[in-house]
Amino acid sequence: MELLAALTLGAGYNAALVAVGATLLGIAAGTVGSFLFLRKRALVSDAVAHATLPGVGLAFLAMVALGGDGRSLPGLLAGAGVTAGLGLLAVEWMTRRSRLAEDAAIGAVLSVFFGAGVVLLTVIQSLGAGRPAGLEGFLLGSTAGMLFEDALVIALGGALALAATWALRRPMTLVAFDPDYAAANGYDVRRIDLAMMGLATAVTVVGLKVVGLVLIVALLIIPGVTARFWTERSDRLVAIAGAVGGVSGYLGAALSASAPALPTGPLIVLVAAALFAVSLLFAPARGLAAALIRHRRFQTRVHRRQGLLAVARAEPIHDRFTLRVLGAEGLLRPDGVPTEAGRAQAAKIARDERRWEIARQIHQDAGLTGRYDGLTPIEQVFTPDEITAFDAALGGPRAVEG
Amino acid sequence: MDAALTLAARDGETTPAPALDAPLEIRGLTVSYGEKPAVFSVDAAFPAGTLTAIIGPNGAGKSTLLKAALGIVPRLSGEVRSFGRPLAQARDRLAYVPQRASVDWDFPTTVEDVVLMGLYPRLGLVGRLTGRHRAQAAECLERVGMAGFRTRQIGQLSGGQQQRVFLARALAQDAALYLLDEPLAGVDAATERAIIAVLQDLRAEGRAVVCVHHDLATVRRYFDRVLLLNVSKVAEGPVAEAFTPETLHATYGGRLATAHIDQLNIAG
Repeated sequence: MELLAALTLGAGYNAALVAVGATLLGIAAGTVGSFLFLRKRALVSDAVAHATLPGVGLAFLAMVALGGDGRSLPGLLAGAGVTAGLGLLAVEWMTRRSRLAEDAAIGAVLSVFFGAGVVLLTVIQSLGAGRPAGLEGFLLGSTAGMLFEDALVIALGGALALAATWALRRPMTLVAFDPDYAAANGYDVRRIDLAMMGLATAVTVVGLKVVGLVLIVALLIIPGVTARFWTERSDRLVAIAGAVGGVSGYLGAALSASAPALPTGPLIVLVAAALFAVSLLFAPARGLAAALIRHRRFQTRVHRRQGLLAVARAEPIHDRFTLRVLGAEGLLRPDGVPTEAGRAQAAKIARDERRWEIARQIHQDAGLTGRYDGLTPIEQVFTPDEITAFDAALGGPRAVEG
Repeated sequence: MDAALTLAARDGETTPAPALDAPLEIRGLTVSYGEKPAVFSVDAAFPAGTLTAIIGPNGAGKSTLLKAALGIVPRLSGEVRSFGRPLAQARDRLAYVPQRASVDWDFPTTVEDVVLMGLYPRLGLVGRLTGRHRAQAAECLERVGMAGFRTRQIGQLSGGQQQRVFLARALAQDAALYLLDEPLAGVDAATERAIIAVLQDLRAEGRAVVCVHHDLATVRRYFDRVLLLNVSKVAEGPVAEAFTPETLHATYGGRLATAHIDQLNIAG
């Protein structure tokens, strides 16, 4: 099977190169990008990515002027890096020096640089100098003619970005969580932010060949956002994001190799998006399904308690859901009359209610009564001897009439 | 220059020169957002072994004064010295507790991780976090009564508990100067007692503690020095001398009824 062959790097030399390159790129992008996500500056990377395009065009022109055919990947990426860096500095400068909010600065820089890049590429096509075919591949990535050297550039660049990210992980985490505190401790917040964005720029440039400048932002951001569903700790989030990015790169590349004419970059992004969707729906603590179940359970507890309090006060119950909850537990007969067990439970709930009243009088400022939500069993909040003390103040239990 | 110094010394308005190596000394500090000064030409000194409240109405520049003293916001003019040295050389001896509302509490981090952040400056870029550091963090959490909350995500804490975690992070720095921005704002009564107890311990250990504070009713009970601020400094000194009906009136203007001011000073 084609997919299986691709998954085991057996679908040919080019496919294997692309798979390795995409995996490394995914790991680097997920790791670096999770810091952008933590710092809430994900979109700056979109401006940076679009700002690579004029650099590609200028580098091509420069290389042709120097007598080459303008196709050297390191040369094109160097040009992309220069204008991407300029775009980053432009966003940063505008945000700091003018009253523009960052989103406005991003919009301005993104469109201006991208527009300039499109104009440049169009002019280049009409010049007839060098071999400009394939430059537009930087828009959405094109892995068809990927060379060993290209994969090496990705591997080297990605590894460098990863190493720098590891070295800066503490300052970047600190600045993302609490920039004022970081500044008070002598960290230069602006420089750390620039370093973080610089790393994102490096990953973007390295990823131009595989994913393209339009979609690289997805590979930077989606892994971090996906990882957020699985952990409450930033160091684990970064690691999980790296894994998500790597898996997306690998699976995406394998999928695109499994059939002719499937684009690599978009498939990588789609795999990442699928992982995100699964996390959004099914992650144990923060997923939507888990939240729905938790809410339903809580609702059930509220209805059970209110229903039993109504039983204790011999009031009629009209709420359908309450009737169902009590009926399902065998506390209420289908005709609405409480069973023996129902009366016992009602007596216990009503008694706990009175115990809580006493508890609030005794433990006014112990902080314990703050945990009174009427739903946490009193036995989980107070020790048996404390409850005995409440009962002494209460008198004996009262039976509930059925 | 000597003549100028003599003149300044004779001028009753200026602060007498504090000990040379005061934990924090501010001279002529001015901060401006746009062209309206938020803090104007403030001189102040915060001695070791004292607990100082910075008080003043909303918009008086209390938080800005702290942030400018720490270099978090740029200052337009003025000088800040800590232990007789420029601020940049004394960072390892001071700890800052920002306002609780200044961070996103949904950030993926645990109580212990936040406290460990207090050790980052000392760990540097590549230093390894060891069991010793974790024990240190646990000790700081113990001091603020949060020992049982080590692994909680910080968003699951009450406001008072979040404030305690911030204080524990500052304690982990083992600083000689503590600067706290509204540590008692919006916390429960138990947390207020716990925080004040820790701050008074720090003072007893000879450290300098400075709090931006909003509750005039508790100034006499909790603090021994005050700095009254309304863009400019109105008064500074021991509570008994500087926290008077006159200075309060000068700070708050018509915003505090005279009867209320009288009550505050008697209540102390």
